[in-house]
Amino acid sequence: MADKKIKNVFRQGAISSEFIGNSIAKHQTKTSIGAHNIFLGQVRADVIENKTVSAIEYTAYEDMANAKFHDIREAAFEKFELTCMHIYHSLGTVNAGEICLFVFVSSPRRKVVFKALEFIVEAIKADVPVFGKEIFEDESHQWKVNS
Amino acid sequence: MLITIKYFGQIAEVTQKEEESLEFSGALVSELIEQLYEKYTLLKNKDFKVAQNQELATLETLISGNDIALLPPFAGG
Repeated sequence: MADKKIKNVFRQGAISSEFIGNSIAKHQTKTSIGAHNIFLGQVRADVIENKTVSAIEYTAYEDMANAKFHDIREAAFEKFELTCMHIYHSLGTVNAGEICLFVFVSSPRRKVVFKALEFIVEAIKADVPVFGKEIFEDESHQWKVNS
Repeated sequence: MLITIKYFGQIAEVTQKEEESLEFSGALVSELIEQLYEKYTLLKNKDFKVAQNQELATLETLISGNDIALLPPFAGG
């Protein structure tokens, strides 16, 4: 089921709950699926030295990032019995409380989707060249680093 | 050889540009980094990886002149 064409994972701005809801609805026709699992990354209003993060501005090395997302996709299909998977990541400004990453995996059975989702999200955090500028309320900034 | 380098995130803040072409007479990634340290002293304080042809390179990777990028720490998700 793996798709060989490299997709563009990026969306401008936050990923809306309508978009996520519609993605779920679209799978109602795929009746071999018995289990979905969804990861939503949300921008946290971290407080650093008394300053609160109000948004993250995402940039990426888009060509390499899409190639890495593709590799992760292929690896996930190889490793797990998945019916389909979708990844969307924001670019540009995402305010605290909004969604910046949406990963959606589906399989005939539940146990697979728990493992697959963790594998995919951890790989995204480690391997994909996406950069995040944490903007504070006073408009100063620092650069986010995945831990 | 003339090579083109892309800069991202906090690295682009140091270089004040997102891309440039420069003349490189060395062979290895380590030599390119030395050359960039001379041009941009503040880069020495930054953590970054080098990618070539959209794959991470090591210090010993040979520069082919294609698609070089300096990548600060990843922050996806």
